[in-house]
Amino acid sequence: MTDRVPSNWTNKHDRMVEDALRRGASRRELLQMLLAGGIGATVGGTLIGRASRVLAAEPKHGGSLRAAGWSSSTADTLDPAKAQLSTDYVRICSIYNRLTYLNGNSEIEMELAESVESDDAKTWAVKLRSGVTFHDGKPLTAADVVYSFNRHKDDAVGSQVASMAKQMSEITAEDKLNVRIVLSEPNADLPILMSLHHFQIIADGTTDFSTANGTGPFMVEEFEPGVRSILVRNPNYWKENRPYLDSFEFFGIADDSARLNALMSGDVQYVGSLSPRATRLLDSNPQVETLSSTAGNYTNLNMRLDMAPGNDPDFVTGMKYLLNREQTVKSVRRGLGIVANDQPVPPSNRYYNDELKPKPFDPERARHHFDRAGVLGKKITLTASDAANASIDMAVLLQQAGSEIGMNFEVNRVPADGYWSNYWLKDPIHFGNINPRPTPDILFSLLYKSDAPWNESSYQSEKFDRMLIEARGMLDETKRTEIYHEMQRMIAEDAGTAIPAWLSELDGYNTRVRGVEPHPFGNFMGYAFAERVWLDS
Amino acid sequence: MRSQIGNMVLHRLGVMLVTVLIVSFVVFFATELLPGDVAQIMLGQAATPEAVKGLREAMNLDEPAALRFLSWLGGLLSGDLGVSYVNDQPVAMLISGRLANSLQLAAVTVLVSVPVALTLGITAATYRGSLYDRIVSVISVSVVSVPEFLVATASVLIFAVYLGWLPALSFSREVDGILDILRVYAMPVISLSFVVSAQMIRMTRAAVIDTLNTSYAEMARLKGASRRRVVLHHALPNALGPIANAIALSVSYLLGGVIIVETIFSYPGVAKLMVDAVSTRDLPLIQACAMLFCLAYLTLVTLADIIAIVSNPRLRT
Repeated sequence: MTDRVPSNWTNKHDRMVEDALRRGASRRELLQMLLAGGIGATVGGTLIGRASRVLAAEPKHGGSLRAAGWSSSTADTLDPAKAQLSTDYVRICSIYNRLTYLNGNSEIEMELAESVESDDAKTWAVKLRSGVTFHDGKPLTAADVVYSFNRHKDDAVGSQVASMAKQMSEITAEDKLNVRIVLSEPNADLPILMSLHHFQIIADGTTDFSTANGTGPFMVEEFEPGVRSILVRNPNYWKENRPYLDSFEFFGIADDSARLNALMSGDVQYVGSLSPRATRLLDSNPQVETLSSTAGNYTNLNMRLDMAPGNDPDFVTGMKYLLNREQTVKSVRRGLGIVANDQPVPPSNRYYNDELKPKPFDPERARHHFDRAGVLGKKITLTASDAANASIDMAVLLQQAGSEIGMNFEVNRVPADGYWSNYWLKDPIHFGNINPRPTPDILFSLLYKSDAPWNESSYQSEKFDRMLIEARGMLDETKRTEIYHEMQRMIAEDAGTAIPAWLSELDGYNTRVRGVEPHPFGNFMGYAFAERVWLDS
Repeated sequence: MRSQIGNMVLHRLGVMLVTVLIVSFVVFFATELLPGDVAQIMLGQAATPEAVKGLREAMNLDEPAALRFLSWLGGLLSGDLGVSYVNDQPVAMLISGRLANSLQLAAVTVLVSVPVALTLGITAATYRGSLYDRIVSVISVSVVSVPEFLVATASVLIFAVYLGWLPALSFSREVDGILDILRVYAMPVISLSFVVSAQMIRMTRAAVIDTLNTSYAEMARLKGASRRRVVLHHALPNALGPIANAIALSVSYLLGGVIIVETIFSYPGVAKLMVDAVSTRDLPLIQACAMLFCLAYLTLVTLADIIAIVSNPRLRT
């Protein structure tokens, strides 16, 4: 038995080897790495062999997959404009296509569009791919794009991207395959915005979403909101060879442990959003593998700058030094996260400022600032809730760290239901939870501009607002990057929002499911897994 | 004496109707008190103040509550439950499919638990004080005190994850033959039966013991009737009222209170539907579900009352 794997070897290590191979490490380099880790050459060779076999496996057609998300209710929809829950995203990403697609390396690829171009970032020319048809056989034309985009501007639709669509002041079909989009203000990010799930293309004139007619890899066979949906392969899909699955069934299992059990018992083959606490249990099951991907979501501590005690900059700075970022990642998230530097642009974004270092955990320094703010010994309330992922644990960590330097924090734990309308943005010190957004412009406009709808700490800066508008219309990448870096620094230093960590998402899947890769949009390979995975027999 | 029974039954039905009216009022205004509204929740992280205002106007949410209550009550009386705020489908349609699932689950549970509970309860009362009685009592008390989520989660872990005998999820529609029914329903029904039958056993036992202690039961015993005859012919008919009540209470719980079991097994029943509706602030759906639960409860309790009235020997003579 020369190929026996060491007993403390887990799925995690397998993934490490696979990951290194994927990044292009040679067999020799890997062997050296394993030898250094105390693993013999024969065993090491077997491990590498196993991992390379996995990577080299050819996609296979056929089979049916059952997958479960974590949120599903009667609000489930097939309307891309209204999609809001994880289950919605998975469904619409399988049924429809978008003009552009943001791939696993955060690069823009063309999908239904053949090209998206502009000279001034204000007037955009979109040329559509020819020969694409909807599920009902209707060919894709410019009119479908015009209809799909215009819909978001109607308040009655309740679109998630209404504010982004409203900047498209003119959307016109030039001819059958060309669309002209004029923006009210220049915005160089348009190709990225088009890759959002909500901007998927529906057929001209669609108003009934009890079923769906898209150009995507799967067609709806059954859809029952809050119960389940069954999607079958689109035989006329325009991408060659794809999808690999014949059909897949999707539903939500809201209960964390029920979802985990369904995966471990083999009832479902792919689930999203597992609890970090489950990792050890998952590693012990040879039928199950996990994928952790770090998207841009975070839970942050918000201190309103227009209210006591946040109106004293010393208090805010003190809090940023008192946040134990390492421990947040290590114990609250069991390692499923990355330390963050108090600003909202994630490391996977090309505008991320990697010179901006996170503030270290420094209780003495924090104490010095609290002393100057005159808050030592006073009772200060932190509002936390299950609604903001991991916020209760984070508040308790702060409370403990505070008690050691004479700060008296009280954790006010409030119910998840109604948290976002009753406490968030309102309490002087509270936690927030923000989903990833694809561009710095969206993050800054939504969260930090002086009149931003969700200005969590009431951050006001005319300079910041000016820089935001200036960068938005800029096609010069170098200058734009420079401005965004400076803006991230301003937020990290001056705003009242402390962002301790990026939260990683954990997917779990059966070993038969192949082709699973991380994606910067998080769970379920950015929700578009169905088109990309295949089943090993 | 027939008219006396009739009058009492009519009186019960009248009380039920008045209760329904009061409940409808309470349900409507209680849902109004929920924080946030459907526009806010539908928009979620896109809920900027302008977007919420626009959607609210488009959905006619800005009418006064009293006006909406009257039109809702009018619709209710004419059998129109309204249209869901969140997915524009008729509430009646959303409920009907789920209700069928819930009724199926409840029916199977009743079929399993009522006979078991009655047998155990009556026999325990018959042999009161014996070892058998004590075993039944101890087991039913301990089962009552174990929360159903523990029973459900533990049974999933054992039978689905480790042994792999039963599916961890229960989709009622994938039933194909009697064996499948057993497989799909086994775990939810066991979890539910545990809680429900333990209650019924205890109440049945108490009711039968009560009647066995009466003078007429003693008289029957003195006349030399066998224990079996005393229990079945003299005591049981008189204990029917309280037993019917116990069954009604347990069964009414099966419709609305099974949310934990529905959640753990992903069973698409009507309780989960209502929880969804509350979290999305889908008022027409919440109200319809609440009324449905209330009606089911009242019907069962009234039915139990009527059985008690009819089985009352003092009214029969």
